[in-house]
Amino acid sequence: MTPSISLENVLAILPDLALLVLLIAVIVYNGLIADDDDRRNVGLVTAWGAAIILFGMLLLAFIYPDYSMQPTLHWGGMVVAGPVTLSFRAMFLIALMLTALLSLDVPELQRGSYFALLITATIGFDMMAASADLIMLLVALETASISLYLLVGFNTRSRRSTEAGIKYFVYGAFASAIMMYGMSLLYGVTGSTNIAVIGTMVGNAFAGVVPVEIISLLLVSAVMLVAGFAFKVSAVPFHFWTPDAYEGAPTVVTGFLSTASKAAGFAVFFRVFSAGVFGYPEPGRASWAWWAMLVAMCILTMVLGNFLAIWQQDIKRMLAYSSIAQAGYIMMGLVALLKSQGDDVPSAAGGGAAIFYLLMYVFTNIAAFGIIVLVSRKSNSTQMKDFYGLSRRSPWLALAMLVALLSLGGIPPTAGFFGKFFIFQAAVEADLWWLAAIGILNAFVALFYYLTVVKYIYLYRSDDDDVRITVSRAAGVGLAITIVAVLYLGIFANSAYTWAIEAAQNFVQF
Amino acid sequence: MIPLSWYLIVSALLFSIGLFGLLARRNAVAMLMAVELMLNAVNINLVAFWRYQTPEAPAGLAWAVFVLTIAAAEAAVGLALIISVYRRRDSVIAEELDTLKF
Repeated sequence: MTPSISLENVLAILPDLALLVLLIAVIVYNGLIADDDDRRNVGLVTAWGAAIILFGMLLLAFIYPDYSMQPTLHWGGMVVAGPVTLSFRAMFLIALMLTALLSLDVPELQRGSYFALLITATIGFDMMAASADLIMLLVALETASISLYLLVGFNTRSRRSTEAGIKYFVYGAFASAIMMYGMSLLYGVTGSTNIAVIGTMVGNAFAGVVPVEIISLLLVSAVMLVAGFAFKVSAVPFHFWTPDAYEGAPTVVTGFLSTASKAAGFAVFFRVFSAGVFGYPEPGRASWAWWAMLVAMCILTMVLGNFLAIWQQDIKRMLAYSSIAQAGYIMMGLVALLKSQGDDVPSAAGGGAAIFYLLMYVFTNIAAFGIIVLVSRKSNSTQMKDFYGLSRRSPWLALAMLVALLSLGGIPPTAGFFGKFFIFQAAVEADLWWLAAIGILNAFVALFYYLTVVKYIYLYRSDDDDVRITVSRAAGVGLAITIVAVLYLGIFANSAYTWAIEAAQNFVQF
Repeated sequence: MIPLSWYLIVSALLFSIGLFGLLARRNAVAMLMAVELMLNAVNINLVAFWRYQTPEAPAGLAWAVFVLTIAAAEAAVGLALIISVYRRRDSVIAEELDTLKF
């Protein structure tokens, strides 16, 4: 086999190459600025770079529809290009752009290394979504994780941030070591590192009689992989780090961590499990066992996340538990997709719903955390009482927070409603109506604590009602983009959903 | 030749020791060392599987090199975080990191 680099190969990783160029540009530019100058421009370069790469990528996909709608393998089966990769990459670039914009007004984050780490993490996420090989997946996942450990602990002057960083690091290293061990077992069983090849081999093996030691090795490996991925998406019982890391991290980083990192975790979760690496769940088969485990995790994640969120007095901690619950809803999409893959006519509804949900979640949660950044800047705390009477202090911010909270809760004019609706619809289609029912009940519980915050914002009074909150132009633009996107995805949900379903067909066929 | 299972048993033991160390140790540096043990167990697995299952394809070897690199990067970042915590509160004992809790 002679190694050769074709144009398609380069196109498949062009967004990552562009991000790499942006990374170098940011580092060089940062070096040119004097130490005591302000680093606003470095952040602006990052945000503009992300926006340009995003538009370039979408334009390229629009000009060459074959390139964007056909899943193809590149670089010797390491990287897969196609609509799934494209949609996840779009989410990460959006998250990078918005996070950079919202970071501009946070003084302790005005360092070149902060923006460089943000871009490195995005490259890691990008490669995670594009990986078609276990080695690639591992390297990409660690690129993203290691940058995130540093981002969470970035504010070295704060006790909370450093503590959150080390907690996130210890749990993260633990989960990834377990995941790597599971992957090495999978490699031992199949002798291949390519996800699609492993899927085919295991599928063929399951058609005949499988020796019991192979089945048990596959099950152990499945449990270990689930542990690693569930850590990334913060699903119960691998959620312990979430509240601490989310509360302690600089708030902007929390927004990035809760959206982009979760989306990347789900990208690999879907990729690996929908390829049939551990077989497809059918009653009576061994593969039913890990599927049932995923269902149990999905239910636990929703219930525990929502019920623990009710008691929180710190809004970042509340949103951390809410983000655990949201991971539960997205897992419902995964579970439904996997179940339907065992059927005769597989349906991609679960995958499409999850992609739509993650996209709307990126906008919604970054909006929510961006507003927390602005509100908490004066008081330097993120307690619920800092939000009392927000509508008097800044009506526009209050309105934006209202839209974000309604979207998180799933109230109609916002994208969150359709996100939940599509997920529950996919679950019902896969004959999991009882799971959808649990999800709907949970959504009502969640409404309670989201609307409590709305009550604080609009009905409560605080002593500093007359203290205005200043919003810089960059933060204003960032928030406006998120809110418009949340409303747009809510009103024209169908066009985005059609695209997501079409993209998700790849999970079924590939 | 030594059977494959011997290597796998060593690797599983090493992994378990690492897991135990991570759960039982209170010092963050010791926890980091435990993680390194777990990653070494992964490497033993990978190289053994490569040698016995697919000696003609170097994927397992390449993978082990990547795991080594990842372990090095993780140790560097982990020690950096441990130092930044130590500067804030003169301790790297896990139980004393309790600013963030329910």
